[in-house]
Amino acid sequence: MFSKILIANRGEIACRVMRTARRLGIRTVAVYSDADASAMHVREADEAVHIGPSPVSESYLQSENIIRAALTTGAQAIHPGYGFLSENPDFVEAVEAAGLVFIGPSAAAIRAMGLKDAAKALMEKAKVPVVPGYHGDMQEPGFLAAKANEIGYPVLIKARAGGGGKGMRKVDEAKQFSAALASCRSEARSSFGDSHVLIEKYVANPRHIEVQVFGDSHGNVVHLYERDCSLQRRHQKVIEEAPAPGMTAEMREAMTSAAVKAAKAINYANAGTIEFIVDGSGPLRPDGFWFMEMNTRLQVEHPVTEEVTGLDLVEWQLRVAAGEPLPLKQDEVRLNGHAFEARLYAEDVPKGFLPATGTLHHLALDESARNDTGVAEGDTITPFYDPMIAKVITRGETRETALMELAAALRHTRIAGTVTNRAFLEALCANEEFSSGKVDTGLIERQLDKLTAPTNPTPETAALAALIASFGDDITRHCVSPGEKNAAPYAAAHNIAVEPFAALGGFALWGGRSQFADILLNDELKTIRVQKQEYGKYRVDLPAGAQEIMLRSMTCSISRSNSHPVTSGHADFEMDSGRHKAWFARWHGKLAVFADDGTFEFATPDPLEASEGEAGGAGKILAPMPGLVKKVFAAAGDEVEKGTPILVLEAMKMEHTLAAPRDGKLSEVMVAEGDQVEDGTLLAAMEEE
Amino acid sequence: MTRLSSNISIRSEAFAKNRAANLEHLRVVEEAVAFARAGGGEKSRERHVSRGKLLPRDRVERLLDPGTPFLEIGATASHGMYGDASPCASMIAGIGRVEGREVMIVCNDATVKGGTYYPMTVKKHLRAQEIARENRLPCVYLVDSGGANLPNQAEGFADREHFGRIFFNQANMSAQGIAQIAVVMGSCTAGGAYVPAMSDEAIIVRDQGTIFLAGPPLVKAATGEVVEPEELGGGDVHTRLSGVADHLAQNDSHALALARRIVSNLNTQKPNQVQFAAPEEPLYDPDEILGVVPGDLKTPYDIREVIARVVDGSRFDEFKARYGPTLVCGFAHVMGIPVGIIANNGVLFSESAVKGAHFVELCSQRKIPLVFLQNITGFMVGKKYEQGGIAKDGAKLVTAVATTSVPKITMLVGGSFGAGNYGMAGRAYGPRFLWTWPNSRISVMGGEQAAGVLAQVKRAGIERSGGSWSDEEETTFKQPTLDMFEEQSHPLYASARLWDDGIIDARKTRQVLALSLSAALNAPIEDTNFGLLRM
Repeated sequence: MFSKILIANRGEIACRVMRTARRLGIRTVAVYSDADASAMHVREADEAVHIGPSPVSESYLQSENIIRAALTTGAQAIHPGYGFLSENPDFVEAVEAAGLVFIGPSAAAIRAMGLKDAAKALMEKAKVPVVPGYHGDMQEPGFLAAKANEIGYPVLIKARAGGGGKGMRKVDEAKQFSAALASCRSEARSSFGDSHVLIEKYVANPRHIEVQVFGDSHGNVVHLYERDCSLQRRHQKVIEEAPAPGMTAEMREAMTSAAVKAAKAINYANAGTIEFIVDGSGPLRPDGFWFMEMNTRLQVEHPVTEEVTGLDLVEWQLRVAAGEPLPLKQDEVRLNGHAFEARLYAEDVPKGFLPATGTLHHLALDESARNDTGVAEGDTITPFYDPMIAKVITRGETRETALMELAAALRHTRIAGTVTNRAFLEALCANEEFSSGKVDTGLIERQLDKLTAPTNPTPETAALAALIASFGDDITRHCVSPGEKNAAPYAAAHNIAVEPFAALGGFALWGGRSQFADILLNDELKTIRVQKQEYGKYRVDLPAGAQEIMLRSMTCSISRSNSHPVTSGHADFEMDSGRHKAWFARWHGKLAVFADDGTFEFATPDPLEASEGEAGGAGKILAPMPGLVKKVFAAAGDEVEKGTPILVLEAMKMEHTLAAPRDGKLSEVMVAEGDQVEDGTLLAAMEEE
Repeated sequence: MTRLSSNISIRSEAFAKNRAANLEHLRVVEEAVAFARAGGGEKSRERHVSRGKLLPRDRVERLLDPGTPFLEIGATASHGMYGDASPCASMIAGIGRVEGREVMIVCNDATVKGGTYYPMTVKKHLRAQEIARENRLPCVYLVDSGGANLPNQAEGFADREHFGRIFFNQANMSAQGIAQIAVVMGSCTAGGAYVPAMSDEAIIVRDQGTIFLAGPPLVKAATGEVVEPEELGGGDVHTRLSGVADHLAQNDSHALALARRIVSNLNTQKPNQVQFAAPEEPLYDPDEILGVVPGDLKTPYDIREVIARVVDGSRFDEFKARYGPTLVCGFAHVMGIPVGIIANNGVLFSESAVKGAHFVELCSQRKIPLVFLQNITGFMVGKKYEQGGIAKDGAKLVTAVATTSVPKITMLVGGSFGAGNYGMAGRAYGPRFLWTWPNSRISVMGGEQAAGVLAQVKRAGIERSGGSWSDEEETTFKQPTLDMFEEQSHPLYASARLWDDGIIDARKTRQVLALSLSAALNAPIEDTNFGLLRM
């Protein structure tokens, strides 16, 4: 076994590999880019080596730098994780040429599976079912119609150059074929300038089921059962599970033996996954699955297999790479229970699932679930890499219990500082089709509106938000100990200084004191009056009507995120509607409330800053998000009109044009093309009016 | 420390009777407070708000740290004066916490006659400044006033303690390093213009605040020049051209945020001269004070029952308990702050007075703040006592109280009559704060005694000239004096004239003491040089 390995990856998978290595007593070396200098995978490794600037192409894809890092640190092997260099046969060869071990399959196996058409041909030869179709050069309509008959209806006619659903026709019966072919061709010609088409069997309600295989260098191959990854959005997996719902012994036998056959056909060693497309229009049938591709690496969703087999797949990878035989024989691999994995991302769901960035001012994952993560509270999701926050994994004896646990774990997950797909995942867990096991790859798209329906905070949540916002920056002093009559016991228990002017919260000789929340409710800045009635009891004058709120208990603590204070806490409160509980997190200008009805982030602008903006006549152009300055159109001294483009900011693969906010003269342009800027950076300023 | 144990039954008839009587005393005060808090009335308030201005109390609220206490002074000032035309003396004043710092806030109420200064407004402003100076509290003036109230100018302009003293105080406090901050949120005319001009830093609200020595009408009268208020002395003018103000605010909220920012940059710290303890609630509920204290001043009761409902853990380490028992002295903590308590438990005898002087010496040596619980009919009279030198012993107590350097807080919990008032740190003896309970009475002597003295003099005169005076005639003669004393010894009468800092709900005594002590501890406690004590 190795004594030291290098992990050529970042984020959760790097941390995941290190966890097993640490358990086995193997020392770990992390590599990192500029942006990741203090990332979790660097913090957790025994050693770390800087390999380049933040962009992936200059760091995590720099195979030379990575191999050099392994050699200088004395690592004997390199684990590639997934993505990046994990399926790059040239890298594998370079690693081996340097005298190191690549923890993964051979370059030859990767190459064999890398070219999709060649891989399909290879699989056909090995008697693994592939989607019937014609991908040849013959384009004569009669020939194609004959091929369609051979394949069996319904079929798909697809433009060779097509994509995004364009140039695609589904044909249900033979007599429609020629008309469909003609229209598909003309669309293909006009859209892509290429009328070449191919014919494939149309698979109704397709499901994505994959089989985990493992081979060793002694010629053994076993499978570790299947995973169902049908819940996808635009080919991105969202929730995976094992085993596949509705799986039969017969179907499993057919699929797993086909998978093992496929792996053996290329002498596969290490972890691999054979992906199949499965006819999901009815119960699973052994003749209703077809090979799609093989992933020659450890998959993102490997934890669900680990959960139902009780195995550590990374450990197996290390053992096989070290030349050991597979730890178990096929009949020793048991399937036990059911597991789910949900991929929690920093994504803007209402904006079409756009990747998001931000600092995780508050991050609390549900400890009752397995959370594979590469970030901690205070870390930043940068625009450079995959915006994954965590994989939330649960296991139960049955599918039902595992799914309930997943829903609960997502409900209890609290993230503030960036938008996430948490609510979407939670909605998905509650979806009837999914929970009854009727999954296919179109489910999410079909129900997207329902799954992404925005929710407004309930009056209870709004009242609590206004109340907490009205406390200002120093929430600690307003905390409430259950059953007490004043703030002193809380202060004593938390070592809070008790000068009377701090401790006697809201005291007045006559009448109560009012405090105010400046808070955005429904996109409108409101000043909400909050009157203290007695210890813990407040009246909140919401626009929709006054609400009385009694804090039965409120606790909070202050942490630092990039040295900025973040106060997070929990409130148990009573209103007319009954007793409620919620968590909250507060940092500069923002308040997040985690309540039964969801997570809501409220802007609470500082009156000083809000008015400075007004005073400046809105003559400042700030970066709306982190990004790269792509183009600069104007220079200091230029006279501009309102709407004149000043510069282009590239962020999240989108180009945003930033324009002059009003007529006037530019006093300064602070950035140049190629600059990387942070959210809120002042990019250009106009002269005062 | 030793815990006091109460001998009161909260289920007794007497308790219920006391409570009912004290609630009635409180109700009378609450009515006066409600009137004062309403300022210039509904219409005037609506007009104020419609101009985009915050109401004066909301200005104070937004200036203070959210959810912190506000110790208001003079909450019923000028009650019953000027035909009730100046509720709350047209001004809110008090101590609150801004950016963690205790400050004095003085806020004009423009809903009352444009915030103009009645004589009591001047007195309240000066009292607030006095508190600020003695306790080294930065001052924030929220200015919105048309200057002196012209019909009443004679009572507020010319004398030493009149309008001009406001600016004298500003200059001298600034000289002592006590920050002077003005926020001009409305008019600031004539003499008033010196409030921002003499401040260390000043803020003015755009299109709302104005500062000028003479407003447009006076300018026109004087020189014929016709000018708009905004160009004569608006926010833009004063922050861009004249430099009279330093910061331009967009609106009231912004102005108050700027004021908070200024306070946050003061770089001051409370001198930490006393040994704080962990605060502890009293063992006995302060709410019970209403049932413990008799509704009339004639019924004696043990003042320790009050102390037990005020101090931390009801713990009270009594000094010289067996000697001079009519003056209770001892050490305690109020919300963690150490105090020496001097409390009346009957008429003052020589021993009580000497014991009190001794205790003042102890606290002065140790720099422990003093709390006086005043309920005093006076020093004992009669041949035996005069011959025993009660005047000499009383003078020892008065001298000690007058000259000690430790902060004194006086709580008038019952009667305050005659020289007892002096020995127990009445207003003239410079307590940092003087608060009164709704059941208290203050006058040179009791109404009965005063009427009795006058009647005796009268009777002597009549009888000397051979006439006779019937008992009925005497009763009729005494009544006006009794009525006058009844009215003038009422706490509302006293508080209206700022003979004290305000009437409080007796149940809040603990909090008020804690806040007063906290405010007082902003100033360093100096060494004491006592005056000569006659032996």
